[in-house]
Amino acid sequence: MLQETLLKVSMIDVFHGSLQVLWNVSLTIKPGEIVALIGTNSSGKSTLLDTVSSLIHPTKGSIDFEGKSINTLEPYETVDLGISQVPEGRGIFPDMTVLDNLIIGSYNRKARSKREQNLRMVYDLFPRLRERKSQLGNTLSGGEQQMLAIGRGLMSAPKLMLLDEMSLGLAPLVVNYLYETLRGIKQRGITIFFVEQNVRRSLAEAETAYILERGRVVLSGPVAELREEEEIRKAYFGV
Amino acid sequence: MTDLAELLTPIVMGVLLGGLYALIALGLSLVFGVMKLINVAHGDLVLFGSYFAYAAMTLLGVDPILSLVMGMPILFAIGFVIQKYLMKRAFGISMEAPLLIAFGISLILQNVQQITWSPMARGLTTPYALESFSIGPFRFPLCYLLDFIAALVVTLSLREFLRRTYLGKAINAASQDKRTALLMGINTGRVYAFAFAIAMATAAISGVFLGLTFPFTPTSGISFLILAFGVVIIGGLGSMLGTFIGGMILGLAQTLGGYFASATAQMLILYIIVLVVLAVRPQGLFGRKQRT
Repeated sequence: MLQETLLKVSMIDVFHGSLQVLWNVSLTIKPGEIVALIGTNSSGKSTLLDTVSSLIHPTKGSIDFEGKSINTLEPYETVDLGISQVPEGRGIFPDMTVLDNLIIGSYNRKARSKREQNLRMVYDLFPRLRERKSQLGNTLSGGEQQMLAIGRGLMSAPKLMLLDEMSLGLAPLVVNYLYETLRGIKQRGITIFFVEQNVRRSLAEAETAYILERGRVVLSGPVAELREEEEIRKAYFGV
Repeated sequence: MTDLAELLTPIVMGVLLGGLYALIALGLSLVFGVMKLINVAHGDLVLFGSYFAYAAMTLLGVDPILSLVMGMPILFAIGFVIQKYLMKRAFGISMEAPLLIAFGISLILQNVQQITWSPMARGLTTPYALESFSIGPFRFPLCYLLDFIAALVVTLSLREFLRRTYLGKAINAASQDKRTALLMGINTGRVYAFAFAIAMATAAISGVFLGLTFPFTPTSGISFLILAFGVVIIGGLGSMLGTFIGGMILGLAQTLGGYFASATAQMLILYIIVLVVLAVRPQGLFGRKQRT
């Protein structure tokens, strides 16, 4: 069961209009893993997440989730299958309460019946959200908004959670807290695929990592091996 | 003392009339709040509701309000189809395309109605439409009261629907942030279609009450569209309660303006109020501050 692949991306090309953003990108994510995608701003990492979420479609190559092709699906169909994205910038609904934000996270049919138990789980992970449940989204601090975005992602009862730049703009203590929560989420059986600019943090938290540079995967593998890699040490640690 | 009592008439008339304006504007507010679409065909679609009720009344002998049992589902379906098959494609072409389509629908409706019903003014002249009721020594048209009650019922129903149901919350979410709404598993295409359909159902209702209150012609749609715009601007886009209050304000502005100034000054005062709101608080009384 652990040998099974959860997400398999094979040699995809992705365009924004006529501009190519990803070239021959391949990656594999196994159930229960924590996988990091490392890259700078223009590397195409958000595009890759958006393609997995079906907001964009690849012009070449294939994406399989649990063995089934998801190349041509609509975004809401991927949520039904169990892929949940916590977008860059959090994307919480500013004029909705914390509770409503969480409720809308359970919009897809399969998640609705599990709503109450998922809500309890989210409040357990993030007690702050229970305290603030009647407040509007835009009155929360950055860290709280990120908690809300993650909590909301959990409400869809996902198998795979995609997190785009979770730590952006947040204080190190808050980031530590959030990564600790991610470990808790992994223990509940949810696979995690996160995008990070901070190399050190990524390699500290993930088991497997992919490094994306200008739309191509330049390095990938178990984190332990990557840390030893000459190129990484030179490029990112200056050693 | 007499002055205050005299004022009662324009005040009560203004508030009740405001109900009709709010009722007409609700659909416009919903569509603009959700899809950022200025549905310039809204007035004509409301008139379609009036003519439908008129047909039911004259050809089938059905009471206009009862005819809503047929009228609402029909306009709901028309709205669903317009959004799903016309507007959705238009949005994919450009931001202006849906506006042109709405304009086209408006022209088609006006002309079809003119051919079918002639430019002659019509009215939903039921027995009770001519009744009046009294508050103290003053008498008011019953239909104005019915307009107000209908407006209250529809406003509160819409508000609760948007607040409490999954579809309502989805409509809200999609209007705040479409991309994130998609990531929540919301089928925004379908949600928009439902929103438009609901707006059309309210247009059916407002068409009936409009017809009960005023005589109408195929080109009446435009004047009510402009009024509805005023209501939505004052009350705030996308806020059902705001639209209701906006309607009251506009109704009062009109009747009190007519009372203190003159009948011709009524509309001018109305427009001045709209301009002031646009200058001072463009999102309206209850609107959300628009984020770019």
